[in-house]
Amino acid sequence: MELICPAGTPAAFREAVDAGADAVYCGFRDETNARNFPGLNFSREELRDAIAYARRNGCQTFVALNTFMRAGDEEIWHRAASDAVNLGADALILADFGLMAYVRERYREQRLHVSVQASASNPEAINFLVEAFEAKRVVLPRTLTIADIARIKRKVACEIEVFVFGGLCVMAEGRCSLSSYATGKSPNMNGACSPASHVRYRQDGQQMLSELGEFTINRFGPGEAAGYPTLCKGRFDIGDARGYAFEDPVSLDVMGEIEALKAAGVSALKIEGRQRGKAYVAEVVKTLRLALSTSPAARGPLLARLRAMSEGQKTTVGAYEKRWR
Amino acid sequence: MTELTMGPIYYLWDGPKWRDFYLRVADEAPVDRVVLGETVCSKRQHFIEPHLVEVVERLERAGKTVVFSSLALVTLERESRFVRDLIETSHHQIEANDLSAIGLIKGRGHLIGPLVNVYNGATARLLAQRGAERICLPPELPFASVSQIAAAATGAMLEVFAFGRIPLAISARCAHARSKGNTKDNCQFVCGEEPDGLSLKTLDRQSFLVLNGVQTMSHTCQALVSELEEMRDAGIRSLRLSPQDCDMVGVAKTFREVLDRRIDPESALDQLRAIYPTAPFSNGFHHAKEGAAWIARAKNAGFAH
Repeated sequence: MELICPAGTPAAFREAVDAGADAVYCGFRDETNARNFPGLNFSREELRDAIAYARRNGCQTFVALNTFMRAGDEEIWHRAASDAVNLGADALILADFGLMAYVRERYREQRLHVSVQASASNPEAINFLVEAFEAKRVVLPRTLTIADIARIKRKVACEIEVFVFGGLCVMAEGRCSLSSYATGKSPNMNGACSPASHVRYRQDGQQMLSELGEFTINRFGPGEAAGYPTLCKGRFDIGDARGYAFEDPVSLDVMGEIEALKAAGVSALKIEGRQRGKAYVAEVVKTLRLALSTSPAARGPLLARLRAMSEGQKTTVGAYEKRWR
Repeated sequence: MTELTMGPIYYLWDGPKWRDFYLRVADEAPVDRVVLGETVCSKRQHFIEPHLVEVVERLERAGKTVVFSSLALVTLERESRFVRDLIETSHHQIEANDLSAIGLIKGRGHLIGPLVNVYNGATARLLAQRGAERICLPPELPFASVSQIAAAATGAMLEVFAFGRIPLAISARCAHARSKGNTKDNCQFVCGEEPDGLSLKTLDRQSFLVLNGVQTMSHTCQALVSELEEMRDAGIRSLRLSPQDCDMVGVAKTFREVLDRRIDPESALDQLRAIYPTAPFSNGFHHAKEGAAWIARAKNAGFAH
């Protein structure tokens, strides 16, 4: 199975290549990708250099153009797709049908992957994308169990890539307007969920408040670490119950299920974390590379060390296990 | 003339309540089209099945076009089969709410629901080429996008989500069941206890969202009323009313009146607020602001005469 690694900066890109990534994915410095955060992502020149570096080291480069073209501004996405093709991207990771059609018409040979943002969560959806756009690979939404994945793989004519480590969306990706509802900035059209421009921390007596737009997302007591107010990881009141209504501040770790994913027919394992620093990327990629090449018995201690780097040190296997639902 | 579509009921209503709602719509609501069927959670299907034949017959006898809604999130084999059966056996038009339905229905006339990501004219055109005759655009689209897509003349008639709590997200996990100590697989249909959604408040007691099973919706009710004139000028000829637990016949009548210029938008909003007092109104998405926002228009700004 291939290891697909994130890079938010040229430095992280090189670290991922050096640490043994089979492919590194990244995006341009604008709203054409779903990690449109200040200080992240690549200029055209940086991508050119990154692709060359990856090539020299036998590594592939995937370019994420996984937001939805804003009507009237399609040219921004068209130009990004054309530039990525011309700079030599090994695959484009796309979510918008209109953009898929554009790439398919103009660049017959370009390898096209379906982004998790497209929410292709069943065989019929995937076969539609293979038939309509000749998609070669689909990144599955984090809504499926491993048994679901195995069943889907048997019925589709393309490769399967799944997220195994890093941040975790609770909602079906690409189909969530929660952040847009609170901030007016749409993850699908502007490329950022819970954008920093709308985040505020405020001391209120003994407590620290985190806000997104006009809404309180969490309150932290003295000594409690104040996490980033990602909307679906907030604490809310439902009736008399107070707590993490959607998901605790945990991150995804399915590396314990490598054998099951392999048996399910998965082609590639994806690490989330384009917003992470180069040291994190280097450590995670190196460890997971080692874990993939070692015996299942020897994996345990390797992965335990990695868990310490996870958000809040708590991890979940998420939807891959049925009871999560 | 602008048409009105009664969208599918996203909430879980028990069978008799569901039946009575549609019989009244058949008899009294001035809507052209009614979209029926479970959209949010495949587990709920059996609640409406005993009443389906009767409801379809009554709606059609009243002259309404009946459309069947497909599931919004399809992950299980049972759900795939359900969508396939719906498309293969239905004599009615289907509204596709996920990519599986879009894939299976190719070449046959159908509708696209507001939960499918249609953000631009190229996507609308592609869907129209595959047989989409009508597309209800995603509620989060600003008017700038709506008018651009309309101007792209894609071949599909466009509809806008004009009234109702906004469907904002869907998950494989059921936050509604979890909030009551259950999991999705053992949910005991607790979402049926809140026919208008379960209120979720911030820790500062701001009403924020409502839970509806695996779906998360806005606390506010999107109400595009002062915006109808500019939408009509942009070529929008169909509006969607999304059922809430309120007098939806009254809602439909109000929209019909304001579309026919028998009342002005301000009076229409007053009527709607009286009909559905529990949810404050929003129109922020239309104005490219926070979806929760309410952008007030100067009085009489909606209609010039």
